[in-house]
Amino acid sequence: MFQKIIEKINLKYPIDVVSKKSDKLMFLTVHKNTAVNTVQYLKDDLGFKHLVLLTAVDFLEQGKFQLTYLLNNPDIKIDIGVRVLIERESATMESAHSLWPTIATYQRELREMFGIDFPDSPGVNDEFILEGWNNTPPYRRDFDTKAFAANFYHQRNSRENNDPSAHMKKNLYPNE
Amino acid sequence: MSLEDLYRKTTISPDGEEFEINPIEDYFCTDKPEEVKPVQNILEKFYNWARSESIWILGFGTGCGAIEMRPLMTPRFDAYRYGIQWRPTPRQANLLIISGYLSTKTLKRVIRVYEQMQNPKYVMALGSCTINGGMYFDSYNTIKRLDYYLPVDVYVAGCMPRPEALLAGVVKLKTLIKTGMAEGANDYANRFDWYKTNQKAVILNWDMPDYNW
Repeated sequence: MFQKIIEKINLKYPIDVVSKKSDKLMFLTVHKNTAVNTVQYLKDDLGFKHLVLLTAVDFLEQGKFQLTYLLNNPDIKIDIGVRVLIERESATMESAHSLWPTIATYQRELREMFGIDFPDSPGVNDEFILEGWNNTPPYRRDFDTKAFAANFYHQRNSRENNDPSAHMKKNLYPNE
Repeated sequence: MSLEDLYRKTTISPDGEEFEINPIEDYFCTDKPEEVKPVQNILEKFYNWARSESIWILGFGTGCGAIEMRPLMTPRFDAYRYGIQWRPTPRQANLLIISGYLSTKTLKRVIRVYEQMQNPKYVMALGSCTINGGMYFDSYNTIKRLDYYLPVDVYVAGCMPRPEALLAGVVKLKTLIKTGMAEGANDYANRFDWYKTNQKAVILNWDMPDYNW
């Protein structure tokens, strides 16, 4: 089943890496320029008409973001994830809201949480859950969440730790 | 509503007449809350007894703890026998239960809701998240201790507290009210500037009047 699909896609768009996870799930890595076209081809011609999700992974060391369009074919009940690597610096990706209007919400979230821009996507620059955020986008791996939370929010001092062995040593054998 | 809507501006009426509006002064009260001095007499004791026996909770859940309020209404725990009931609007409620973690986005709405409630009003905070951040202590988006932003009368510890713990908290609150110690609203009025400074430090887009009941 997957072999036929890969052959069909390969006739139109190049595939870099094929990673088959099971009989029901496969990931394809494609070029940035042809990614949305590949997704459209899968949707219109191969029956993958349900968008499960669009998500991103931050590969800080390689300086890349990996976007995954996870698609489902409800007739033959298999999933295909279309992966695309984009540059981390001034990350931009073509919007796919013409295929599914709901993808605009995912793109809005990615814009806020990862700082990936999707030009022309409806409402992509509106605030999603962070209101007035002026720092590094929080899902980027170079954003130190713990340090930010410690500096930004008022903190309650932690309890005094009465570790039994340390307490006994201090009280009974202070000189050792 | 955005921040620009609060500024003084010129508008054109349906008749074509131009006039100037200043939304903060026209639509909102800018006065600070005032302290209501507690009195110590037998009538006040009677009032406090009545208040403690009619705790009306605002049905507003902020975090996962909201799910623990549902069983309270059911026959098994039956909170109504304590004089508790849930109300749909802050105008009719006098107990605000902060049920769990508070993101800064929700905190803004909670502050607004608290200020819209009528005196006497009380705040109960559920769960470790409101006490010290709980499992969200390193989150970029949730506050760690509630009493910097709102005056808290009773904390109920746990993650999450069971409905029994919640009932114990309510009983504790009733004792506080009866002895005249639940003075959170007066504390809020007295240290209004301190609370506002703390609130504005974490709410980055403050697009509402300072006190907007």
